[in-house]
Amino acid sequence: MPRLTRWFIKSALLYFAVSMLAGVAVSAQGVMRLPPVVAALMPVYVHLFMVGWITQMIFGVAHWMFPRVAKESADRVQRLALVTYVTLNVGLLVRAVAEPAFALRPGPVWAGMLILSAGLQWISALAFVATAWPRVRER
Amino acid sequence: MPRLSRWFVRASLVYFVAGFTLGAVMLTLKAVTWPQAAGWLMTPHIEFLLIGWTVQLTMGVAFWILPRFDGGRSRGSAGAAWLAFALLNVGVILAASEPLFHGAGFTRLSGRAAEASAVAAFCLHAWPRIRAASAQKRER
Repeated sequence: MPRLTRWFIKSALLYFAVSMLAGVAVSAQGVMRLPPVVAALMPVYVHLFMVGWITQMIFGVAHWMFPRVAKESADRVQRLALVTYVTLNVGLLVRAVAEPAFALRPGPVWAGMLILSAGLQWISALAFVATAWPRVRER
Repeated sequence: MPRLSRWFVRASLVYFVAGFTLGAVMLTLKAVTWPQAAGWLMTPHIEFLLIGWTVQLTMGVAFWILPRFDGGRSRGSAGAAWLAFALLNVGVILAASEPLFHGAGFTRLSGRAAEASAVAAFCLHAWPRIRAASAQKRER
């Protein structure tokens, strides 16, 4: 298993565990008094699960199992895969902090971080597709 | 990777970029405190990422890697899998376009029906391929 795949999958497992805990916190609101920040965790819970766990797991396995590219393109694919990993995780972590913070105290700093997070995650999607598309081939 | 898997996976990558683009636009609109403008993007955002991306990618990879027949020469009823591909994509487009028709329930319903038919067709294809390694060895 390539090193970057191990990073993707280990990070995905961490997000899986954290998103489940966030789900417990969101659900606990119905039965006990919790700080208002918990109410703002719903979109974070969904995205930690769908992006941090499911999507990142797919990235890792695809990086490992899809047919290989020619040797001359391998470095480029490796660099783009690293960009995918960094932008996805930084973007998601920024979102996890900024989204509840913005819901509680809207302001230009948190708004700017949300836009930064949107941009980083979008770049990660483009970088992943740029690496995966040429590898979707017969052999 | 067989031709149908390439179609499934490439279509899933297209939906992935489309879904992430809509998500980035929605998050940006939220940040500029104009979230209501993003409301109508929610349906295609979810449809593209949940069905168009994850389900379609799973089907494509399953068609590729599930055990084969005739010593590896056949993947069984490929017609049912092609039908699943067509129905799934029609379904995603229909269900995602619901906001364009001002929330007309018929568009979403027909999209969901097409997606459900796609899943039924794919199960029909995949079911016989899920078998023990010993069955494969006996064929060889």
